[in-house]
Amino acid sequence: MNQLGVYVHIPFCIKKCLYCDFNSYADKGRYKKEYINVLAGEIGSACFLSNYEIKSIFIGGGTPTCMDIGDISTILSKIKKHKILENAEITIEANPGTIDYIYLKELRQLGANRLSFGLQSASDRLLKILGRVHTYNDFLKSYDDAIKAGFENINVDLMFALPGQSLADWQDTLCKVSDLGATHISAYSLIIEDGAAFSSLYKKGELILPGEEEDRDMYFSAKYFLESKGYKLYEISNFAKKGYESGHNKIYWNCEEYAGFGLGAHSYINNKRYSNTEDFFKYLKDENKIVFEEILSQEESMEEFIFLGLRMACGIEIDKFGKKFGKGLFEVYGDKLINLISEGYISKNGGRIQLTEKGVYVSNTIFSELLC
Amino acid sequence: MDRQSRIRNFCIIAHIDHGKSTLADRLIQKSGLLTEREMQEQVLDNMDIERERGITIKAQAVRLIYKSSDDEEYILNLIDTPGHVDFNYEVSRSLAACEGAVLVVDAAQGVEAQTLANVYLALESSLEIVPVINKIDLPAADPDFVKKQIEDIIGIPAQDAPMVSAKASVNIEQVFNSVISDIKPPSGDEKGPLKALIFDSVYDAYKGVIVFIRVFDGKLVNKSTVRFMSNNKQFEVVETGVLGPGKFIPTEELLAGEVGYFTASIKNVQDTRIGDTVTEAGAPAVEPFPGYKKVNPMVYFGVFPADGSKYNDLRDALDKLKLNDASLFFEPETSAALGFGFRCGFLGLLHLEIVQERLEREYNLDLITTAPSVIYKMYLTDNTQIELSNPSDMPDVTRITNMEEPIVRAEIILPSDHIGAIMELCQERRGEYIEMVYLEETRARLVYELPLNEIIYDFFDVLKSRSRGYASFDYELIGYKESELVKLDILVNHEMVDALSFVVHKSKAYERGRKMAEKLKKEIPRHLFEIPIQASIGNKVIARETVSAMRKDVLAKCYGGDISRKRKLLEKQKEGKKRMRQIGNVEVPQAAFMSVLKLDEE
Repeated sequence: MNQLGVYVHIPFCIKKCLYCDFNSYADKGRYKKEYINVLAGEIGSACFLSNYEIKSIFIGGGTPTCMDIGDISTILSKIKKHKILENAEITIEANPGTIDYIYLKELRQLGANRLSFGLQSASDRLLKILGRVHTYNDFLKSYDDAIKAGFENINVDLMFALPGQSLADWQDTLCKVSDLGATHISAYSLIIEDGAAFSSLYKKGELILPGEEEDRDMYFSAKYFLESKGYKLYEISNFAKKGYESGHNKIYWNCEEYAGFGLGAHSYINNKRYSNTEDFFKYLKDENKIVFEEILSQEESMEEFIFLGLRMACGIEIDKFGKKFGKGLFEVYGDKLINLISEGYISKNGGRIQLTEKGVYVSNTIFSELLC
Repeated sequence: MDRQSRIRNFCIIAHIDHGKSTLADRLIQKSGLLTEREMQEQVLDNMDIERERGITIKAQAVRLIYKSSDDEEYILNLIDTPGHVDFNYEVSRSLAACEGAVLVVDAAQGVEAQTLANVYLALESSLEIVPVINKIDLPAADPDFVKKQIEDIIGIPAQDAPMVSAKASVNIEQVFNSVISDIKPPSGDEKGPLKALIFDSVYDAYKGVIVFIRVFDGKLVNKSTVRFMSNNKQFEVVETGVLGPGKFIPTEELLAGEVGYFTASIKNVQDTRIGDTVTEAGAPAVEPFPGYKKVNPMVYFGVFPADGSKYNDLRDALDKLKLNDASLFFEPETSAALGFGFRCGFLGLLHLEIVQERLEREYNLDLITTAPSVIYKMYLTDNTQIELSNPSDMPDVTRITNMEEPIVRAEIILPSDHIGAIMELCQERRGEYIEMVYLEETRARLVYELPLNEIIYDFFDVLKSRSRGYASFDYELIGYKESELVKLDILVNHEMVDALSFVVHKSKAYERGRKMAEKLKKEIPRHLFEIPIQASIGNKVIARETVSAMRKDVLAKCYGGDISRKRKLLEKQKEGKKRMRQIGNVEVPQAAFMSVLKLDEE
């Protein structure tokens, strides 16, 4: 039986962070119940799920933990009508300060076995600049509650290259989080997205960001520091202790199948990618929520296989490409790939190719070279 | 009253936006030739580009019939004129076809630079000036001040000037009355040999070239044989007529004093040169009108299709434009950087821009143009001489004994308080001072001899800005002068880019090279590697900039599996590169080639 991952989107937040452009809302709390009903209905009518074994569930947002525990229970029980693997990874995103020990305990009892905390920074000054609702102490409290509630697999999301952040600030955050013993750390550099509040500040010149070299220094210092603490950078922006790589993320990077439910969620089933509307009220009202679908051509599938696979430190298995597409990797990308290897952006070790340290931080440029 | 005394031939001159076209429309409408419904806004400006830019590129004419208050019927020929220095010659020929000019001045804005420049031209052609104050209905209108300004600055009486609102159609009758009372009627010799001035011509697919003329002496009769005095070509007239608003009205003949058109199965617009004299082959005039010039292209550019496969489309489009543009010249050219294209000759930068815009708009072509060049003369060691219009063809310096560059005589008419600033500009541009004459206490004519290659980029723009718009500028080629010229090459990542090479005076090479390198640095996107941009003369690098290597290009994670979006972003990145030109392993955006055309704007 084929396996897949399930993603559920909860588009509610207490407050919108200044850098955020995702489909999440701080002003639509009164529609929470209605949303959960519609979402439960959407999951319930997804008959195709019965053809699969579910190997991962990821409840993301928004802030899923701003929902009542009963709502989370409703959603999980809908998914659990289908076959879920014994060792399935069940993750829920949590914002510090939105949860207490009881809530976490209940989550654990509902079967959640992985928490993903959005911390972003251990500096209260920077948290304020980002428009986060919590302090570092709020996080420590929530983290402690999570451990007590029985979560031992905990991811902490961090951001760097923040306005007013120094390399020392960043190293301090890394130090604190690794000392806590989080099993997984993701570290993304801040990107000013068009729809975010930061964007207009940035355009007005009121947001002073670290330069590219500093940004790079922060990235590589995270790599060396966290590696010394027993983490492995297994994907461009993700670190994990041995055995704690995110199964759900790897579904995306390995081009495996996934089903997304909720506002704006994306699915990839049977070589077809489709997504729900991002219009909140359309999602609530419309019978047909799918507004986008595409069947990937072989060329597009190859491209995704390359640019997702190369995000991982282990890279791409050359034979796997051949088996999947009936054409050799070098047959398709010949000169371009050889050039990138000879220029030192990609390395070839045994049966795999990977981005090198030189290539990893300019990976987009490398990927765009490798499009057909 | 005799026939000619009921004719008035005039043009309208005005600063842009002061209401020239609206007034023309109103005159046409008031004369009753067009009903409200037939009235298309701005009948005279036919081309889209003219309407959008509010400028007139081709001269046109229209014949109005006006019944005055004393019940006399007058024929008023309104000749529209182009309004830019590139077309100064055409303007002067249109003016030469008139006896007077209506000067439109905005009641709120007063006399402005272009008004002056055009008035000076009209005064040079000895035209009677009829001032008209327009837009008197504006809240900010100050007609008394403007009248005084006209008297002070231009030096013509304006107290009785009609005060109108062309837009609201107020007092338009007064304009007719002033035209009739103030402008002299024509006084040609009706019995003499035919002598008519060509002020415009257009190509028509059915009739061949339609020639617009003002008959001064004699008459042009249908079926007669006419001769163009500049080239002695003869044609049998097929149709003569006058120009109704938006239509041709055939007549049997055109008499002295009249404005009209004729066709004569002329296939080539190059045969009908503006300013030429038309006479009758059997009984020719003794001598042609003075002032005729064969207009030659002064400035050459490489014009390339952005998409190489559109080369044939570009050629067809240029062929079609040439049908109506006697001063457009082109021949095939090949560039290592830009592929197949054409080397085109233009009258000036505006002419280039207009042709380019028409190619892009009417023929849907995306173009890249190279830096402009003039024609240099190179005398070689083997005693041969070449004329160089493409910098890439410049021979090695060791083969050149001496070089010459074209020199123009530039006449600048300007208010006296800007003389210092403009003299400084002329010095900067290697100008040689010839003379300065005070035309009035507040107005002077400055004459300089300037190298043409110093004025083809942006001289006119800088002149306008340093004189706050008040200087007018005219130039004519007077010959060649020995000069120390060098070919400046641009190297991108050590590869020479032929399309960016240009010839420049030795004293200017360093500055231009530095500016080009700076500009290219801004235009060339960062690559994975460092890109040196060098300006060099021969093997000597005189300026260098570096496009630093890209250090960061990573995407954030795909929330909820939105991989399609991510793939599209990468595809877009890739697509952007496809539209660039490959110079060695560097992708150079098309904008970079264009940006060096406007180096001095910052």
